[in-house]
Amino acid sequence: MKALLQRELIATLRTPGSVTNPLGFLLLSLLLFAVVDPSAKDAQNGYLSGIFWVLILLTNMLSLDAMFRRDYDSGALEQMLISAHMPFVAVLMRIFVHWLGSGLLMTLFVPLFGLLLGLDGEVVLPIMLVMVVGTPALSLLGSIGAALTVGFSRGGAILALLILPLFLPVLIFGSACISTAASGLSFAAPMTWLALVSSSSLLLAPWATWAALKISVEMQ
Amino acid sequence: MVAAGDCVELVGPNGSGKSTLLRTLAGLHSQYRGDFNRVESVYQGHRFGLDELLSPLENLAWFAGLQGQQLDRHHALEALERLGLLAEAHTACHRLSAGQQRRAAIARWLLAAPSLWLLDEPFNALDVQSQTLLNELLQEHCKAGGAVVCATHLKLQVEGKVTLGLEPPVEFSL
Repeated sequence: MKALLQRELIATLRTPGSVTNPLGFLLLSLLLFAVVDPSAKDAQNGYLSGIFWVLILLTNMLSLDAMFRRDYDSGALEQMLISAHMPFVAVLMRIFVHWLGSGLLMTLFVPLFGLLLGLDGEVVLPIMLVMVVGTPALSLLGSIGAALTVGFSRGGAILALLILPLFLPVLIFGSACISTAASGLSFAAPMTWLALVSSSSLLLAPWATWAALKISVEMQ
Repeated sequence: MVAAGDCVELVGPNGSGKSTLLRTLAGLHSQYRGDFNRVESVYQGHRFGLDELLSPLENLAWFAGLQGQQLDRHHALEALERLGLLAEAHTACHRLSAGQQRRAAIARWLLAAPSLWLLDEPFNALDVQSQTLLNELLQEHCKAGGAVVCATHLKLQVEGKVTLGLEPPVEFSL
């Protein structure tokens, strides 16, 4: 497991653009949004939380296409499918490292996003908590689409069509969490649903991703 | 039947199904009908199967990890030395030439546990010296009780090899 994790981390560190480019996209998008809509600091506005989560989804999607692409092109994916002693772990490590470079990193930047949008300091921590719980589902569910479309040379649009409907529960419960927290109310209920989405994705998505990878490699 | 010590050379024109047969044996195709018992194997396709961002040594560690093993660093360095890659052991694979990448891929077979090697055009990108070395390695592997099924347009220099000619369309019976 250590070797698998090490490989994923090394590969990510040697391609910093795969992490920084989507983050730059998110920062710029939020900046534009803050400039265009000065009322954005009203976090109780469901509009803001919705926009915020949509941008998170889109940012996540930017990095999904590359999730298995390099391995597919180099033949390393074939080796992974043939040799993996624990397929679940092999796929999970890839997804985990993707989350580190997307979901977790975006979460760490939430205070900066809060400054850009002029959010109250009290809202920042709940948003970070919501993102820690919700963004793993994005990487997990996204990996299924990435695996299914890895064989397509321009699979970006198909990936979006496949994945965006799956992201819908995360979007709904995630934005509900933020708007409820901003109102000073307990956001335990939408948070529980969000956690349920993430944990069920954790149980199912790696297997589905593995099956999708096999289909993609078979179709080669 | 491919038994321990066997070396099967698959020959045939393009499109005769050599690669498909090897991919099927490796378990990468499931839609083909056939009657064979698949065993764990090392498969080397047309592509090197290396993560180009990683060095040969890091790739070997990753492959060992995939198989649930820990890399024996000493053996890994020995394998790389034998293949003339010791100096490049820590160089990212995308900086290596095609021939060097092919040799790094060969190092993976030497360390892998499965004794059946399924090789698809393994001589591609190799210079004459490396081709000779590869023939020696195949010979050693078979003598040590391993088995090789190799699709190639070059003649294998392995004693006791069996040549299986494929013509399209093809039905396999192994």
